[in-house]
Amino acid sequence: MELFLTGWLTSLPAFAMPLLLAAVGLILSERAGVLNMGAEGYMAMGAMTGAVVTLTAGNPWIGVGAAILAGAALAGLFAIATVVFRADQILAGLATVALGGGITAVIGRPYLHKTFTGLPRLDPGALADLPLVGGLLFRQDLLAYLGLALVLLLWWGLRATRTGLKLRAVGEDPATADVAGVDVQLYQAGAVLACGALCGLAGAYLSIVSSNVWVEGMVNGRGWIALALVIFARWNPARAILGAVIFGGADAALPRLLALGAQVPTYLLSTLPYLLTILVLVLAALGGRRKDAEPRSLGLAYIRQDRR
Amino acid sequence: MGTAGPQTAPLLALSGVSRSFDGVRVLDRAAFDLKRGEIHALLGENGAGKSTLMNIVTGVYAPEGGRYLIDGAPAGIRGPKDALKAGIGMVHQHFRLVDRFTVAENVLLASGQLGLFANAGEAARAAMEAGKAVGLAVDPAAIVGELSVAERQRVEILKVLALGARIVILDEPTAVLTDQEAGALLLAIRKIAAQGRAVVMITHKLREVAGHSDRVTIMRAGRTVISGAPVGTLSAGDLGRLMMGEETSPAEAAEAGVIEAAAPITIAKPGEERLIVSALYAGGGQGSVGVSDVGFTLKAGEILGVAGVGGNGQQALAEAIVGLLPVAGGHLTLDGWELGEFSVARRRDLGLRVVPSDRFASALIGELSVADNLALTRVRTGRYRSRLGSWLVGRRRMKREAEQAIEAFAIAGATPARRARLLSGGNAQKLLLARELEESGSGVKLLVAHSPTRGLDVKACAFVHAAIRKAVAGGAACLLISEDVEEVRALASRILVMSAGRMVGELPAGASASQIGALILGQA
Repeated sequence: MELFLTGWLTSLPAFAMPLLLAAVGLILSERAGVLNMGAEGYMAMGAMTGAVVTLTAGNPWIGVGAAILAGAALAGLFAIATVVFRADQILAGLATVALGGGITAVIGRPYLHKTFTGLPRLDPGALADLPLVGGLLFRQDLLAYLGLALVLLLWWGLRATRTGLKLRAVGEDPATADVAGVDVQLYQAGAVLACGALCGLAGAYLSIVSSNVWVEGMVNGRGWIALALVIFARWNPARAILGAVIFGGADAALPRLLALGAQVPTYLLSTLPYLLTILVLVLAALGGRRKDAEPRSLGLAYIRQDRR
Repeated sequence: MGTAGPQTAPLLALSGVSRSFDGVRVLDRAAFDLKRGEIHALLGENGAGKSTLMNIVTGVYAPEGGRYLIDGAPAGIRGPKDALKAGIGMVHQHFRLVDRFTVAENVLLASGQLGLFANAGEAARAAMEAGKAVGLAVDPAAIVGELSVAERQRVEILKVLALGARIVILDEPTAVLTDQEAGALLLAIRKIAAQGRAVVMITHKLREVAGHSDRVTIMRAGRTVISGAPVGTLSAGDLGRLMMGEETSPAEAAEAGVIEAAAPITIAKPGEERLIVSALYAGGGQGSVGVSDVGFTLKAGEILGVAGVGGNGQQALAEAIVGLLPVAGGHLTLDGWELGEFSVARRRDLGLRVVPSDRFASALIGELSVADNLALTRVRTGRYRSRLGSWLVGRRRMKREAEQAIEAFAIAGATPARRARLLSGGNAQKLLLARELEESGSGVKLLVAHSPTRGLDVKACAFVHAAIRKAVAGGAACLLISEDVEEVRALASRILVMSAGRMVGELPAGASASQIGALILGQA
């Protein structure tokens, strides 16, 4: 049992980090008032680009950087459609997902199933041998620590910086922000790009860190789970950490339960994260606290009433 | 004050300023000037051009021709940011506040300062100091969405003051306030002016001009008919005439200025009991005030006024009668029918009609046409059934009735196909009245009118009051819930005072404003 728990805890970040990074990216976008359904597409771009660039350049860090850019690039298209031309955010988001899936399938085909070396792993020796939590705390990829630090930084930045204040004002009440001299479109576009970059990083985490290989469809709905996580987290990056641990934990438990020889049909078990997602959404709706936290102008295009 | 230069030049001066929208000239060679330390009333009806003029001052609209000087030099204002830099701050009628933010965060957001880190503490201190100096205190850590309307308005004013505005423009500041709150605000405005700033008060209430400002500019149909006249040189009658034009009847002028002059209607013989409310409990919780142990009887041909500061259970009372809020205890009967379990639709079938406090939130649908809005509550009666089948709607009849309603209620700017959202406040209210009171005399048994004239100009107010009186003369009963004590005094045949969800007193028609005020404040 201890072996099971230790293994489960050690593998937890590999499952939780992609969800966390994507969810925090979505939180940035939604706090700026842009409902961004495209996470699944940005993650697919990140996962594929990360693997392809790592394979061709031979350096996983370059792969991570390229994945971030790829996610942001696809988000840039979404931003042009929704922020500049004020297209419907939901439809544009869904189109982005389809586009991401298509692009990755075409470009990534020659690199399918080719394995590569991932990021270096921290190995402090004795510390990592601590019972239960040694692996969880000390035997992770550098990206796990960097990612967590980034999330905490963003959490603090949203609360305590002027930029964070303006970003939140844009999502709550763009007309008021506009009057206060905030460039609403600039902040929304910036938030969408940051979301794409974080989702790209989340995708890179899947291919470069968790599996060291790219396969088509490897994001496998995690972008949608991240979208639900945002609601669970009530648009707060710190709460998203808790959510990512719960969802990622369920995901991480699956292969281990199967390895233990649990007599559960595989397909049924693999639906667990999605069932959990629905459950969380229902609970969030029942709790009635969703409306307390949801940015007021989420999903609404802002058109200035200017008659100069 | 040192040199003579800036003292002789007015702080701000506009002359010959015009502006058109879509070919319609809404501002025609207007003139306006401001001196330090004065309160300048800008008077006019809805649509007279007051807002357009002030939007030019604040850089929202560019003027077409004319001159705009600040301190005697060309203003060079090309946008709202320039106006802010020049020290011009405006408090809009619709507050520009982020509800979820604290008071300090809102001040900080408005300050637009550069720098990465948000110094909410400093912003809070600046706002507190500005507020203390003029007697408007607000807790900087409070969440704006949880404040009352009056407190939110204070935040708006503090925001402007904290930014160091030399010119403070207030757009109908007392429209959303109770009489007591308005009194406090007017005192604060005097202190703001005494600091050497200039205050512009946009209004259509004559008594505020006479009692609380130094000079007045009056606008009518886009022109400044009087610009910067000392208030002492004009009588209330003069003001009313200038504002509404020569053709105004004395009754309208009286309605505008001294509402007391309009005699409260007295009912010769009270009719049968219409609405009986006994030991009613409804609503409350989650920060809103419900109705606690409220009881009263309302007879046909009677207007029962409910006075009180907003947020003291008026909303819950209206919603419980209308059927939007379940009755938690007690009884509610209309013409002998126990309403408790009745749906909104069944209550309407009994003759209940409603003018809610927020017409676009719970009465009209802004994106639907005038004709659709008129048909909204009647279509289920089968009135518009088409010849082709009862489940089809006869658009022709809807259109014809809409045309009749537009004419009967003089709804300016309306056509059957026009979206309701495009109507001005007064005309949207007329549209609502046209729907609710059309079958006056027979269909309407009980009218629940909640703040029916909030934000309307004098003419629209008079129209609404006349429509209510007419419905009541036709045998309806009216429950008039209003924060405007003068409105209650002018219309009601009996006055109840509501506080903290309870009825704290009853006064006959003719009670003075101070008697009502004493009950509201719990000093009786």
